[in-house]
Amino acid sequence: MIAEHPVIQILIPLLGAPLCVLTGRGVLAYWLALACSLASLFVATRLLATVMATGPIVYELGGWAAPWGIEYRIGPLNSFVLLLVALLGAMVMLAAKKSVESEIPGDRRHFFYAAMLLCQTGLLGITITGDAFNVFVFLEIAALSSYVLIAMGHQRRALYASYQYLIMGTIGSTFILISIGLLYQMTGTLNMADLAARLPAVGDTRTVLVSFAFFMVGVSLKMALFPLHMWLPNAYTYAPSIVSAFLASTATKVAVYVMIRFLFSIYGPAFAFDRIGVSQILGSLALVGIVIMSAAAIFQNNVKRLLAYSSVAQIGYIVLGISFASENGLTGGIVHLFNHGLMKGALFLVVAAVVYRVGSSDLNAFRGLGRAMPVTMFLFVLGGLGMIGVPLTVGFISKWYLILAAIETGHWLAVALVLLSSLLAVIYVWRVVEFAYFQPRDRDSDPVGEAPLSMLVPTAILVLATIVFGINTEWTVGVARAAAVFLLGGHA
Amino acid sequence: MSNLHPALVFFAGALLVAMLRGRAQALVALLVPIVSAWSAFQLTAGTEITLSIFDYELMPFRVDRLSLLFNYLFHIAAFLALLFAWEAGDRLQRVSGLLYAGSALLAVFAGDLITLFVAWELLAVTSVFLIWARGTERANRSGMRYLIVQILSGVILLAGAILHLRETGSLAFNEIGIATLGGKLILLALGIKAAFPFLHSWLVDAYPEATPVGTVFLSSFTTKVAVYALARGFAGEPILVIVGGAMAAFPIFFAVIENDLRRVLGYSMINQIGFMVVGVGIGTDLALNGAVAHAFNDVLFKGVLMMSMGAVLYRVGHVNGSDLGGLYKSMPFTTVFCCVGAASISAFPLFSGFVSKSMVVAAVLHEHHIVVWMILLFASAGVFHHAGIKIPFFAFFSHDSGLRVKEAPKSMLFAMGIGAVLCIGIGCFPQFLYARLPWPVDYVPYTGTHVLTQMQILFFSALAFTWLKLTHLYPPELRAVHLDIDWLYRRALPATARGVAMVAERVRLFGAGLALSFVSGLQQAGRHHLGPDGIFGRTWATGSIAVWVAILLVIYLIFEYGA
Repeated sequence: MIAEHPVIQILIPLLGAPLCVLTGRGVLAYWLALACSLASLFVATRLLATVMATGPIVYELGGWAAPWGIEYRIGPLNSFVLLLVALLGAMVMLAAKKSVESEIPGDRRHFFYAAMLLCQTGLLGITITGDAFNVFVFLEIAALSSYVLIAMGHQRRALYASYQYLIMGTIGSTFILISIGLLYQMTGTLNMADLAARLPAVGDTRTVLVSFAFFMVGVSLKMALFPLHMWLPNAYTYAPSIVSAFLASTATKVAVYVMIRFLFSIYGPAFAFDRIGVSQILGSLALVGIVIMSAAAIFQNNVKRLLAYSSVAQIGYIVLGISFASENGLTGGIVHLFNHGLMKGALFLVVAAVVYRVGSSDLNAFRGLGRAMPVTMFLFVLGGLGMIGVPLTVGFISKWYLILAAIETGHWLAVALVLLSSLLAVIYVWRVVEFAYFQPRDRDSDPVGEAPLSMLVPTAILVLATIVFGINTEWTVGVARAAAVFLLGGHA
Repeated sequence: MSNLHPALVFFAGALLVAMLRGRAQALVALLVPIVSAWSAFQLTAGTEITLSIFDYELMPFRVDRLSLLFNYLFHIAAFLALLFAWEAGDRLQRVSGLLYAGSALLAVFAGDLITLFVAWELLAVTSVFLIWARGTERANRSGMRYLIVQILSGVILLAGAILHLRETGSLAFNEIGIATLGGKLILLALGIKAAFPFLHSWLVDAYPEATPVGTVFLSSFTTKVAVYALARGFAGEPILVIVGGAMAAFPIFFAVIENDLRRVLGYSMINQIGFMVVGVGIGTDLALNGAVAHAFNDVLFKGVLMMSMGAVLYRVGHVNGSDLGGLYKSMPFTTVFCCVGAASISAFPLFSGFVSKSMVVAAVLHEHHIVVWMILLFASAGVFHHAGIKIPFFAFFSHDSGLRVKEAPKSMLFAMGIGAVLCIGIGCFPQFLYARLPWPVDYVPYTGTHVLTQMQILFFSALAFTWLKLTHLYPPELRAVHLDIDWLYRRALPATARGVAMVAERVRLFGAGLALSFVSGLQQAGRHHLGPDGIFGRTWATGSIAVWVAILLVIYLIFEYGA
């Protein structure tokens, strides 16, 4: 059974999705989706444990050996990302029932859950596979299902946001496909390990250079790296709250994972960093993005939008860490990938709870919620402290490694800007706190109660995780460091 | 022998207090420092606990004589503040006060820079609620500014710590020095918390905006932790002598023209920290002992003064010097305690300020820093004016404002009373304090010269004050404010002092205006470019995003061919 875990990881949500559709309009679809998500989480924890105990797992799909068949190849990095996706998938699904009932019409809910499971399938598949073309296939599964999910937002603007995401996402996927096609042309293989072995011989050809450019631009679009982030704020703002929570904490992270994987284990650090010097482009885009997007978050009047801009800035942190291509930098980037997923998931779930109770994610809707929804808002404050990077939260751990790496490599500007952006984060988190705690509710507005327990518990679990992993870093940093060492050694 | 970290007791206590209400809440909060003291006072120097985290050897708990002294001090201060809060406190203030005191204890027992940094940020985050608890718009804004400055200090400390690690390979928090960039950054971070000149405005901005209870807490911990850290990391740095001298002198001018009496105390706090910083800068055993002893005493007498002003604020609703007066009739006990605090801060013999301040002054003279010594004398006289005379005089005596209020609540009186007794006790029996000082003490405060010098300053100041009062030059005219300086420097200085004060005020206003217009300009520009309608905030047309994709692709291609 354990030997089959890699494929089970994908099969659970993949088969769950059509079953959801078949169950029809009842509540059964929800429980099925929840069961699938929890099972998926269980498998992901087992996989990570196995990888950490016995080293990378290689699984040949259908028994076809590697260059001909598709292989799943699970090392420390992707088992870590798998866990993030499965964990957030499960937590978001736990919180989903009431929020979905209030935001999605009854006749579409089973489709909604099916699309959620498909989106999970796509994200898990991208992460688990060791085949470049397979990455593209799962990328499309994840993307198509997320267009559908975003379009289900109850405002009409959700349609436009989804359309824009569709155009941009398709351009991104196409670029990645072009890149994979060019690689195939030069090497005759799609297996990542094979690609890595054959690329150095043809590394100087124009085709490979162009494929690299297409890949970087495509993946930058997917992960919303500044300045290709413009599709993201609208998509996160107008999507149903549960979808925002899931996508914000996982989708862009998985895209970042794809970039790491291609940079380090296909093109290889020698090509990407030493030969082309991609650090310079990535590092400067990341830094500009961190500062401008943190500042932009300050001026938003919608909390979902505010968090969306902060996400773009936080992607900057992760990319900055990667751009150092050093052990500490990669460790910081990878651990922030995980940590930011936890924090953003928790914060978006808080917003989902507010939307459920108050009906809006406008800053004005947060007035007086410190009194009306004390637990929910307290969770927001804790999550917000993590975004700022206060010690004893995960945000601090990530920042510590990023700054360490920046100093080691002599990037003083990066040190200063990362520290500056912490202050910007204080301000944008404060804006929400100010409305929630220091502004009274309108008198004529209806009384508001605490969020339902089903939403509070998963949010609290995520917030608790941000604090536990902020104090005991052995596990997260240990895995991230193992992944970094592995990547710098040129393995998958 | 107990090895329990007192900060943990405070944190656990805060958790417990958060769950209680009413009298039980106040009682448990009050018990926390007592329970913690029971084990903390048994700690002995030499205890160390190390911990491996993040690949580094950390030492979150290190006990030595220096940290022990602050340990005693913070327990006393926390107890007094919570007693003071018996009536006027609420859950938010008690919980954040306990967390804040716990963070301060975490800081003084920190044996490495990371633990110190953690405590540093906790100090900021926990204490800001004491300002926000006031609930006014001004307090909210002021609290936010306070928080940003404190967090900034934290990130600078972190950057300094990491650099220090790179430069020396060690995270241990011992002698640091300013030879390296890391050391400079750490000093800057400490300087912000210690309210060095030009870095001080958060203190006088935020402290007077806090609640009555909040200011008592605030004035006890943040700056004293900074003094502690300076004494450990930067003892004997000559630059600190100059910085400290400036700190001791410049607030005098501001304190003179300030009407909010708690803000006056804020300035006088910077002035007192100046003495401590000079002591740290001199770096001899005598000077360092003087610095930390003065920190110890300052918490007590400044606490008493802040509590008395807090009591006035609690009963009257404001502490504007111009609108108070005659309160001694309604608040006789508060008046007496305030006068004890005032006598202590002015360093009257037999009061606590005398036995520690004179150590610093003697050490300065011993090292032949004549100019600094003169500045300190000037500062001593100045402090007698604005804290020793101005505070009690305007609040409790002066012309009768007609205010008739109730005496402060008993709990507040007890808190002030205990503080006042400690002030007199230490002043009369300094050996109890001296025995606990970290470095060997070989100093006798009550010699003829010390007492005579100090009495001359005080006596002539008082004489001049009386004379000016009788000739009706005081209080309507600011000139009289500088009568003590008058005695020191004949007549030249009053005009100069007023000039300096005016120029300084102009500069401050100009600076504030500049900063304000800069901030609002920034805000406007930000809203313009980053807000929902700005270039970075609005929804882009799909086509223009695609153009960016193309641009980035071209950049990559050019870059690759260039490489």
